[in-house]
Amino acid sequence: MEAATIASGDRGVLSRSPLARLPDWALKHGLTALAALILALIAYFFIRLFGEARPAFEKEGLLGFVFGNDWNVSAEHFGALPLLVGTLITSALALLIGVPVAVATAIYATELCPLRLRAPLTVLVDLLAAVPSVVYGLWGIFFLAPKLQPAEQWIADRLSFIPFIGGGLVTIPNYFITGLVLAIMILPIVSAISREVMATVPDDQKEAALGLGATRWEMIRIAVLPYCRSGIVGGAMLGLGRAIGETIAVTILIGDSPTLSHHLFQQGYSLAAVIANEFGEAQGLHRSALFAAGLVLFVLTLLVNAIARLLVVRAARGKNQAPPVEQGGAGGMLADAAAGA
Amino acid sequence: MSTPTASSEQLARFAVSPARRRRDTIVRRAILIATLIALVPLVLIVYYLLRKGLSSWSPSFFTSDPTGNTFFGRADIGGIQSAILGTIEMVALASAISIPIGVGVAIWLVEYGKGSWFANTVRFFVDVLTGVPSIVFGLFVYIVLIIGTGSSYAGYKGSIALSLLMLPVVIRSAEVVLLLVPAALRESALALGAPRWRVIFSVVLPTALPGMVTGMLLAVARAAGETAPLLFTAAYTHETNFNLGQFMNSLPVQIYNDVTSPTTAVVERAWGAALTLVTMILLLNLIARTVSRRSRLG
Repeated sequence: MEAATIASGDRGVLSRSPLARLPDWALKHGLTALAALILALIAYFFIRLFGEARPAFEKEGLLGFVFGNDWNVSAEHFGALPLLVGTLITSALALLIGVPVAVATAIYATELCPLRLRAPLTVLVDLLAAVPSVVYGLWGIFFLAPKLQPAEQWIADRLSFIPFIGGGLVTIPNYFITGLVLAIMILPIVSAISREVMATVPDDQKEAALGLGATRWEMIRIAVLPYCRSGIVGGAMLGLGRAIGETIAVTILIGDSPTLSHHLFQQGYSLAAVIANEFGEAQGLHRSALFAAGLVLFVLTLLVNAIARLLVVRAARGKNQAPPVEQGGAGGMLADAAAGA
Repeated sequence: MSTPTASSEQLARFAVSPARRRRDTIVRRAILIATLIALVPLVLIVYYLLRKGLSSWSPSFFTSDPTGNTFFGRADIGGIQSAILGTIEMVALASAISIPIGVGVAIWLVEYGKGSWFANTVRFFVDVLTGVPSIVFGLFVYIVLIIGTGSSYAGYKGSIALSLLMLPVVIRSAEVVLLLVPAALRESALALGAPRWRVIFSVVLPTALPGMVTGMLLAVARAAGETAPLLFTAAYTHETNFNLGQFMNSLPVQIYNDVTSPTTAVVERAWGAALTLVTMILLLNLIARTVSRRSRLG
């Protein structure tokens, strides 16, 4: 009743005039539209790419394009298997070499290294991410590949009884060297995410393991690693996404030969490299086939990244689900005691 | 006197067995060695860049355009002026596009979308966008702006490809910083009667700005080093160009072109250009770190 007497006209005295609400309305809806635009962009992106790739898919068939083992530009045969295999082999090598090293650096930085060294070590590993792809390519082809060639030849000769590894002449650009450089390139991201996840392990768990008499390594093995497993796997998958999509360094290092090599130490091709290398002079069906290669690459990285993000999100959520006692319990008290002492 | 002392026999029951201790030592050494191995490539790359790159640096290296002449001595092949300027121009335009949009989306995520279903979808796809290969962005811009308009390569098309690449980095880093702005600040402004947009522009953004600059600079650094999205959008040219509607040279593309050259002098120019590019990117990273340390948030 009293409110009604204060009110002037139709609206309450405390509410704004419709005109004054306009900027708010505009900002809210403008920003919402911007966010929706991002989703629309990805959808549009996908549709246009598919539209351009269609002639190639129609000629070869979807499976024929992806699994056909014949990439012959002059004969207009476009089977992307040699490219797909090159992408997968080099990415798998990158994971095989890069992930153990990255996880080891993360363990060292979070659990083992002296506190004073932690920040500089982190910065140095992160610096690897600042080096551009083309510089990795330049360094790889003019320094790393020639230096490692004798060693590769030695391994190829010794292990010639293993299929896909031994036998044959080692070329300077090859799958292995590409995988090695990719491993260096994915190291910072895998290491950064592993570090992030390892920092979420509750101190109580680590202290409990140590309190029960575990050595440092046993503590890492039973308290840290199981807790971080899905986060580390997620980080590795993000690295895999990077390796699959990496273009310029691979184009320089893999040798750009469209036939499927039977040895790890011979040259090949990858989906991203074929686009970078051939798109400039591609016409008609050839160009369409390159768009199709781009689409396969896009879908592949989309899947890998989606899975990776889900894993990393789940790992991060694990931290929040921990009972509140763990946040400020014994760990906090110990920290207080240490600060007081 | 009254404190009980443990006999060595009692202590031995708690001691770690030699086998476990040995395994602990071995694994810890292996982890240390792996960490050192991780640093080897960085040292080698920096060493080689300095050794090879510094020798091609000279005043004229930075002030002359590449000539395209690869048959004579070093004096004839020219320098990297057009590449440096092209990179700066294109990255500046890409930043002008992606930073306002990216910060806008981040504000929406934090202030309006929050934990809603739609906001989480946007967040997820922004993350997925981070992983899209840069060459695919190049293809997309080629389809839309070159096939779509029937025109040729141009600097601004390269900028758009770079801005697509920067967008997710800007959004996610800005979002993280905006989340750190204390809710009490927003609430007190709202309680004083400020409308939402005033709260955002006068309270939230100024507080978050120093922190957001870090993310922006890292995005700029990432864009500056990208080759693949520029190959079929801005292409390659020799001349210095201040018109973003024309073909435009850039450091990464110039390096990529020079690497494939059979002429030693041209490859040396690639090393010089690589050292220049890495120096520029490291400077950006350094500034980003300094700014983030100055920021009051986080």
